[in-house]
Amino acid sequence: MPSLAVKLPQEQPKEQKPILRVENLHTWFEVRRMGFFKAGDVRALDGVTFDLYEGETVSIVGESGCGKSTLAKTILGINIPTKGAIYFEDQDLSTLDKQGWRNYRSSIGYIQQDPYGALPPFMSVQRILEEPMKINGIRNKEEQARRIRQVLEEVKLAPIEDFLPKFPHMLSGGQQQRLVIARAMILEPKMLIADEPVSMLDASVRVEILQLLQGLQTKHNLAIIYITHDLSTVRYFSERIFSMYGAKIIEKSSTSALLKEPLHPYTQALFEATSDPDAENLKTFKNVPAGEPPSLMNPPKGCRFHPRCSQIIKGLCDEHIPPEFQVHEEHIAACWLYKDHQ
Amino acid sequence: MKGLSNVFRQLRTYPSAVAGLTIIVLMVILAIYALVTIPYSEAVQLWRGGDNVWLETPRNARPAWLNYFYKDKMPETIVLRTTDDPSLKTTVDLGGGVSTSDMLLEFDYNYDGFPTELAVFLTAEYDSARPNVTMKWITPDGREIPIADLSVRAQETYRISQDTRLVRRLGGAQPEIGLFADPTNPGKVVKGTYQLVAEGLVFEEGSTVDASLVVYGQLHGLAGTDHRRRDITVALLWGTPVALAFGLVAAVGSSLTTMMLAAAAVWFGGWVDWVIRRINEVVMILPLLPILIMVGLFYSRSIWVILGVVILLGIFGSGILSYRSMFLQVKESGYIEAARAYGAGSGRIIFRYMIPKIVPVLIPGFVTQVPAYVFLEATLSVLGLGDPVLPTWGKLLNDAHTNGALFNGYFYWVLEPASLLIIAGLGFAMLGFALDRIFNPRLRGL
Repeated sequence: MPSLAVKLPQEQPKEQKPILRVENLHTWFEVRRMGFFKAGDVRALDGVTFDLYEGETVSIVGESGCGKSTLAKTILGINIPTKGAIYFEDQDLSTLDKQGWRNYRSSIGYIQQDPYGALPPFMSVQRILEEPMKINGIRNKEEQARRIRQVLEEVKLAPIEDFLPKFPHMLSGGQQQRLVIARAMILEPKMLIADEPVSMLDASVRVEILQLLQGLQTKHNLAIIYITHDLSTVRYFSERIFSMYGAKIIEKSSTSALLKEPLHPYTQALFEATSDPDAENLKTFKNVPAGEPPSLMNPPKGCRFHPRCSQIIKGLCDEHIPPEFQVHEEHIAACWLYKDHQ
Repeated sequence: MKGLSNVFRQLRTYPSAVAGLTIIVLMVILAIYALVTIPYSEAVQLWRGGDNVWLETPRNARPAWLNYFYKDKMPETIVLRTTDDPSLKTTVDLGGGVSTSDMLLEFDYNYDGFPTELAVFLTAEYDSARPNVTMKWITPDGREIPIADLSVRAQETYRISQDTRLVRRLGGAQPEIGLFADPTNPGKVVKGTYQLVAEGLVFEEGSTVDASLVVYGQLHGLAGTDHRRRDITVALLWGTPVALAFGLVAAVGSSLTTMMLAAAAVWFGGWVDWVIRRINEVVMILPLLPILIMVGLFYSRSIWVILGVVILLGIFGSGILSYRSMFLQVKESGYIEAARAYGAGSGRIIFRYMIPKIVPVLIPGFVTQVPAYVFLEATLSVLGLGDPVLPTWGKLLNDAHTNGALFNGYFYWVLEPASLLIIAGLGFAMLGFALDRIFNPRLRGL
């Protein structure tokens, strides 16, 4: 992606106030047998803690089923956390009343993976954009028209009058995703959650969409949580990267530090698995860890990655859950290999 | 809106849909015509009948248009009234309050069949002395047959056909035959001008007497009459709005409620889903018809009560399960998730996001359901559980059945309501199948 302006994380965000704080978040789904009897829990999120600062982009990477989307949905309030707390602008979400939730929802936008599925097929573009405003108490027709015009200009769906009466199936994939972004932006949020926003799009459209998101971010000083399994898009886009495995965040780092030197064996393997269009790949074998992602109903004891880890320390990794070790200044890894960096 | 006009454009390519739609539109026009020309209270009163409602119509008459197909022309009813045409009556004052009123009721009879009945209705105004009327019958070939000599009350009905003395005078022949038959060939009608001469004698100043002669025919109106002289057209006309309303309300009411219940079960899940499914399983095995018969027997036969029970029982059934499975899929779609993220409430999600997605699947189903409910109403009526006051197609069939219409040759009595039922069913079925093909394109290849 050569055309994408490289935006390196130069400023230190730490002096800023965190817009979102997630503390020890657990989201478990109950599994029932025969409709009544509890058979166990799927631990989709098992102790996730992080801060997100204003105007910052954080990428969350990890393979399918590691809890990335559950994290997004829990922050959005679609899933109810079992334990732990989410603070938005120092306000605990669990203490919000109805109006509080309305304000919170107006401050976050949600961009989904499948743009066609994310748009109700029986609503016109105009109605799709009006719905969030109607629900969140913006009833003034002129204000609605003004916002629709503004977001459609921002996502470059022009001419606007042509698009308003159209239905989602009349739009191309890229246009659909722009409409999804427009819907996320219509409540003028402070934070966006983008759950694999480009993974279902054509390679040619991906760059446009990512550039669009970046443009929106700089214009509105948005905080963005960018969830992906595709590491090739991460480096151009985010200031920090969190790596998730087995419902936990196992590595937190600035993008530059992580790209230079991934610390956790899983992150290393993830980078190893990223494909580059290089003819040399024909001759080399990738060092990909064997085995399968852990069951979230009965997670392995100790470090969740230990059954697949090539650098396992017997008696430690398979017995005790690794705490977070501060390896470098902006680089934290939850791995026993770095136990000396306390 | 765009989707709707698109559906109409596609419908035009199916001849069966056009035919079905035409039938439905014609039925709706017929229903509106019935409601406008015969208001509800009038329809109820006409159908209940009574002393003065159906005096001048024949019993069990066939439809009048059948004459086009008969070689021997059958008579229609002839009514002559002196009150309508004062020239039929000549009054001569004899002085002293006494006067004569000679009424000459003259008609041409050129049919090949005999009338079914003869009657004279006399009305008189007087204080104490009743007028006297002497009647005689003059045939085209000049025979004069004295009929009766009556002293007339305010309202006097003289049924010539039931006058046993006249029967004796005619040599045992029924008057409606004997008065019209050729004496040399008793099976044949003498065609020509018949006259009923009624010579009235009034005994008071200002007292009057009037007569009307009704020669009941064998044919009547568009649809014929039933055993109580009621014009079947009334029931055919009024049956249309009743059938359409019953079918539509039952189909729409039950399928919409079914869909809402299924959507609520899926959306709320948990115990709501469990309760709705268990109730559904129990109600599904309840037999509809026996329950309706019990309601009709023990509670009420009003069409509205029956409609309510039909909707209530129609809500549950296999439909709720198939809608449920569709909604389970819809519930997981991305746009529902997005709607939750921007804060849509449960009601809004069910009605604005889930149901609109399923409605296209519902429309053909409910169009084909309409005739099923129309037939159900007819079935109940045939079983004698029809609404006691409203005339409906099913009640016509019931009357026809109890009066042995098919043994007695009153085929029109059965065929007319039955063909209307079939045409209504056909119209909705043809439209429904075409809609099914439009909304479920996979069927098109079949």
